[in-house]
Amino acid sequence: MTRDALRAVSTRWDTVLLVVLAAVVVTAGLLVDGFASGRNLQFLLLDVVAIALIALPLTLIVITGEIDLSVASTLGLCSAVMGQLWVAGLSLELVVVLVVGLGAVLGAVNAVFVTRFALPSLAVTIGTLAAYRGLAFVVLGDQAVADFPFSWTTAASSTVADGSVPWAAVVTLVPAVVFGVVLHATPFGRSLYAMGNNAEAAAFSGIRVARAKFWLFVASGAVSGLAGVYWTLRFASARADNAAGLELAVVAAVLLGGVSIFGGRGTLLGVLAGVLLLGAVRNALQLADVAADTLDVVTGGLLIASVVVPNAVGLARTRWRRRRTA
Amino acid sequence: MSQHQRTVRVGLIAVLALLVTAACGGTTRGSGDSPTSNRATGSANPDAALVEGLDVAFLPKQVNNPYFTVADGGGKAATEEFKGSYKEVGPSEASASSQVSYINTLSQQQTDVIVTSANDPNAICGALTSARQAGAKVVTFDSDTKPECRDVFVNQATAEGIAKNQVELISAQIGGAGKIAILSATPNATNQNAWIELMREELRKPEHAGIEIVTVAYGNDDDQKSFQETQGLLRSYPDLKGIVSPTTVGVAAAARYLSTSEYKGKVALTGLGTPNQMREFVKDGTVEAFALWNPADLGYLAAYAGAALASGRITGAAGEEFEAGKLGEYTIGADGVVVLGPPTVFDQGNIDQFDF
Repeated sequence: MTRDALRAVSTRWDTVLLVVLAAVVVTAGLLVDGFASGRNLQFLLLDVVAIALIALPLTLIVITGEIDLSVASTLGLCSAVMGQLWVAGLSLELVVVLVVGLGAVLGAVNAVFVTRFALPSLAVTIGTLAAYRGLAFVVLGDQAVADFPFSWTTAASSTVADGSVPWAAVVTLVPAVVFGVVLHATPFGRSLYAMGNNAEAAAFSGIRVARAKFWLFVASGAVSGLAGVYWTLRFASARADNAAGLELAVVAAVLLGGVSIFGGRGTLLGVLAGVLLLGAVRNALQLADVAADTLDVVTGGLLIASVVVPNAVGLARTRWRRRRTA
Repeated sequence: MSQHQRTVRVGLIAVLALLVTAACGGTTRGSGDSPTSNRATGSANPDAALVEGLDVAFLPKQVNNPYFTVADGGGKAATEEFKGSYKEVGPSEASASSQVSYINTLSQQQTDVIVTSANDPNAICGALTSARQAGAKVVTFDSDTKPECRDVFVNQATAEGIAKNQVELISAQIGGAGKIAILSATPNATNQNAWIELMREELRKPEHAGIEIVTVAYGNDDDQKSFQETQGLLRSYPDLKGIVSPTTVGVAAAARYLSTSEYKGKVALTGLGTPNQMREFVKDGTVEAFALWNPADLGYLAAYAGAALASGRITGAAGEEFEAGKLGEYTIGADGVVVLGPPTVFDQGNIDQFDF
């Protein structure tokens, strides 16, 4: 490998993240008691599955320059409806299908506001963030539905061959690969970057911007609904307040993963590394008995660093280049 | 038909087919399976000494919550007495699932005793079960999980204990006879209604024959509403001797009204309240005495129960006995429940020793 190629690889954000992730894992393994064990890997992966799932469609949305902040509320509403449908006596298989469908519909509502009425997605999804959570409480109140079949709830945290890798994490790889291929290996995926860089230019070059965004929001809703099913079974509890505030963790992971909040830049691999990095840092600090409030400060600090560092590096590089050519 | 329409149609048919398959048969409510109970196993050795150096972790509903800070403080004091090492961990927000990753962490740290108060009885069950399989003893306090998910639950008070205590307090304050009213929370609050029913039963005893409950008012656990209801009670029943408000919001609002009214010192008020809310009214003579369980004792007892479990002195089965330091002997009841005992009474003499 030539020096230039080496430099190109080392300055890519997702490569940097993978190195940082490896460094965190090795350091925590050496310094923190109980981090380097199969059981802990299982706990860590179980904690990040829902975040990873929701981050997949959100990555694509943010690359087009939009955002979906209603994901956790969609999850909560889907969980509440799942509880009510189960109480109503429907079969759990049917409930799962209906709940994922409901997620898609909730996503479509966002999509209509964003694409048909051309409203900013930030405003729309802040609105539905509140509205969907409110609806969840209308549906289920402050009750919990908890009598889901034991075989289903244990399946949500069971592991492959009774080892340390949860089935849920393996299953998450399927949509991860699908979203990865769509984003990085199809014309549709390319067009998302084009929209994020310049929506107008993308539209003039024949890309159907509104239609693409519409389906991305629908996908985000459906995946959030699926995450709602998973969350409900994992905690054996359908509740209206399930995953409240999770949108912040998901957005943090996406941005830490190197997706530009202004659109047009980012990779799915980077986002998955971001999800794991945030999960590993939290897990290690918790094992080291760091208080919850400090933990939130660290997570916030990481997020700010992830936005500041690439920008600062880019700025420094252009200055250096300019000085050389001058 | 365009390519696009065809794709949509095929998609719709696929979804319909899926729905139909899912609708026929499948897992429904009632056909589901349930977990096998893993209640106390093994045998207890009542003479076993408390093991020194136990790792005891308190996992409250939420850290930085004054009630749990006091309760956990009691746990810390107990842990120091039996020479264990104490720590408090927990989420900064009291959500259903946030405790799970903390339980997993504690189980990963090979903690001997986990003392927790459940935000959601079901959400933490799985994590507690796996922590117990990893060797931890689990004690719940204040809010229980499902009985099969923990070893012992330390309950703050029984409904009978609260009713008896409230009747004794008001009886002493009105001189054993007269009309009283109850200021409750909401008409359908399960706890409140159970206590009120038991208070009526208690009043049927011959020693309380002179006391009559004239009405039950509902302040909805809302400060303003409780304040107005108190005002209404005093106006409607001029010969009222006392008010019992077994809810912290109600008793504080009633005290606030009484303290500035002409009835101050003439109409007795008692109930369940926190010392910090009631301090000024006890000091200015509006309220003679009120009650609540002492959270510090609750944490203290929970820590001792955990130590007794981890030392093999008890297993959580009904009838077993253990010693809890300054609180004395306790016996485990049905379903592994230990009751702290009668509520603590707060008055001029002791209120300054409490801060919660």
